[in-house]
Amino acid sequence: MAILVNEKSRVIIQGITGREGMVRAQLMKDYGTNLVGGVTPGRGGQDVYGVPVYDSVEEAWEKAGPIDVSVIFVPAALVKNGALEAIEAGVKLLVLVPDRVPIYDVLEISSAAREKGASFVGPNTLGLVSPGKAVLGMIGGRAERAREWFKPGAVGVTSRSGGMTSAISYYLTSAGVGQSTIVHVGGDAVVGLSHPEVVELFEKDSETRLVVLFGEIGTTQEERVADLIEQKKFTKPLVAFIGGKAAKSGTRFSHAGAIVEGNRGSYETKVKRLREVGVHVVESISDIPKKARELLGAKEGKP
Amino acid sequence: MARLFEYQSKILLKQAGIRVPEGDVASSPAEARTIAERIGRPVVLKIQVWVTGRAKIGGIRFAENPQEAESVSREMFGLKVKNFTVDKVLVEERLAVKSEFFAGLVIDDAAKAPVLIFSSVGGTGVEEIAGRHPEKISKLAVDVRTGLQEFQARNLIRRSGLGGSLSVDLADFLTKLYRVARTYEARSAEVNPLVLTDAGQVYAADCHLVIDDYAVSRHPELGIEIAREFDRPPTELEKIAYKVEEKDHRGTFYFLQMTEVVGPADNAIGFHGAGGGGSMMSMDAVLKHGFQLANYCDTSGNPPASKVYRAAKIILSQPNIKGYLASGSGVASQEQYHSARGLVKAFEEEGVKIPAVIRLGGNFEEKAIEILKAYLGDRGFKVEGYGRDDSPDSCAERLEKLIKDNDNLPHRMKPLAEPDHPEGSYRFDTLTGSLSLDHRLCPPCKTKGCVEACAPRILRLDETGMPVLAIPREEAQKGKCTECLACEIFCKFHERDAILIKLPIPGLKDYRERTRHGHSGE
Repeated sequence: MAILVNEKSRVIIQGITGREGMVRAQLMKDYGTNLVGGVTPGRGGQDVYGVPVYDSVEEAWEKAGPIDVSVIFVPAALVKNGALEAIEAGVKLLVLVPDRVPIYDVLEISSAAREKGASFVGPNTLGLVSPGKAVLGMIGGRAERAREWFKPGAVGVTSRSGGMTSAISYYLTSAGVGQSTIVHVGGDAVVGLSHPEVVELFEKDSETRLVVLFGEIGTTQEERVADLIEQKKFTKPLVAFIGGKAAKSGTRFSHAGAIVEGNRGSYETKVKRLREVGVHVVESISDIPKKARELLGAKEGKP
Repeated sequence: MARLFEYQSKILLKQAGIRVPEGDVASSPAEARTIAERIGRPVVLKIQVWVTGRAKIGGIRFAENPQEAESVSREMFGLKVKNFTVDKVLVEERLAVKSEFFAGLVIDDAAKAPVLIFSSVGGTGVEEIAGRHPEKISKLAVDVRTGLQEFQARNLIRRSGLGGSLSVDLADFLTKLYRVARTYEARSAEVNPLVLTDAGQVYAADCHLVIDDYAVSRHPELGIEIAREFDRPPTELEKIAYKVEEKDHRGTFYFLQMTEVVGPADNAIGFHGAGGGGSMMSMDAVLKHGFQLANYCDTSGNPPASKVYRAAKIILSQPNIKGYLASGSGVASQEQYHSARGLVKAFEEEGVKIPAVIRLGGNFEEKAIEILKAYLGDRGFKVEGYGRDDSPDSCAERLEKLIKDNDNLPHRMKPLAEPDHPEGSYRFDTLTGSLSLDHRLCPPCKTKGCVEACAPRILRLDETGMPVLAIPREEAQKGKCTECLACEIFCKFHERDAILIKLPIPGLKDYRERTRHGHSGE
């Protein structure tokens, strides 16, 4: 098993004829993602690497069959329209790759998704990968790299930074620890599936035995994960690494979500809260694979 | 900036039909006097800065008449408050306050909705109110697709313990406040205090709006200079950097100064990260080793070499830094040799003497490290390249050692050289700059390696064997030339140095001149 996506998931790309869309269509196809179509208004009838292009999501659904996932690569200002189109057509999982999507657009997408029972990853996400099964978005860059960096296994990864998602997974792989699904939840202040929603999915996934989380200053995501643990809604071992110890309050560090507002969202409050509920908070990235191995080993009764 | 001053916020409230005190903003004591004369009643003077607790530091004062307004404001202008120098003072009528409330809106990441917060007591911070009178605070998540309905606002007021005609007036205020926040796409809006006067009217006595950075381009009417959240006005160098980012949306370039003036005795370094999370992790590692950061910088999201180059030039415009550390997550999906070339061009032009540790882990890191070694490391620059298997900690440690070995010498910033394209050279424009090939130098060149080096393959040899564009000039200008810098670097180090790629950074030359004369002591 894995969460959110596997080799059977039927996937389309909105914006498939754009610069990023084309490059990532190749990545996904080469990796083995079940890419059934692409959408670019006005380009229906063309194809990209053998993937048929349709004028709308509705048309794609009619001609290519039911769609599980849409990965969106359109300019930030057009993301709202594309996402609402996919939700309206009945797609239940969206991956919003672009950066700089206005926050009220995200809120509108979220409201529409809630109504239709859909969910979304991002915006501002590299995407996600269930190693050996499927890649969504741009994580890994190229298929051969994604195969080299990510290996199937028992660790779920959830991260607010794209680079750190790859880095953590790569270091796990190097230490011989494989991953069930790797999710970059996105760097924005409001994202669709955030850490707490992702760890709840990992809780239900039988393959996942441990979760690694990369958190950052700002937002309430890490605090809400701690709440879930306290409520026994998440019971698997969790290793966390939090960035932004040196960040100043009131200043944003790259990611729209990485800002400490007043006393909320600081490094100290997050670490304290996570440790209170028994999360293994490590101080350096190299401690992540060590801790993961130790915990997985202990669970199996090994030394 | 995405944060609006009180006086700017109040203009928006007023336009939306919310009552605000009569007044205007003054830039000089004389103006303060004129405004007070116009108001014709006792006034309050408020410094326009983004800090809370202005009253305690003499930032909010009263004046009985215009003369007093002038003299009081004279003491306010030029006042240093944290990173601000006061240059604007809001002069307003004094309200006869009967009671105070709090109203605010924040985007709640858990609810994924704007949440309105109302408190039937006001004046102090909302956290403090929540601690003392939790029953007087009520909250409501608003569905952005339907907006705030008047009845919802009325219920929100009622739940905070208020009723009667006042609750109708307050509900009217809240629906208007929501509309302002929604219209201008505010990440937060706060009115504290919201005032009920003796005459029974509701006034927004203070207001702070923060506009969503990513929506700023949809609101040119706000005149926001830099769409970024700072706790202070942007520095000159940050403004220069922002202009670079604004004009080139390929990848991300984020720059902020952590220490505005670095002295020769400071243990500060220039920091060049890649990716938000990786940058923060690397920054934490650097600080653990006892360094100070002159700046924070992030070039990521597959930026062209030209953007990384400009970022490096801006970082190197900070005199007295002791070293340069570039490090991101370590496992980047982007092709890292573009960043390497950007750094090579910048370091070469600046003749950098301070040590640099460059951690370029990710796709094609071997090639990236090779570029750094061949064109910098092997040529006497104290530049070392590292990859994904080298931790940020070990890189920070290495830099510490190199700085020590370099006798802690501070960076000497050179004037910015902006050479012209040679007379008579073959030229074309790129998306953000221009390129020239000096064909007079080409004949002895055997390799014509520039054509080979060009990543997007837009160069060819003409019938006389000279490298020229293989595509129309307009296409090169529109972005077909990706500014990968490979041709220039190849020609410079392996052939005749016949290629010049000019990538201007408006304002940087002047900035360096002023900085060099200002506080570098040269």
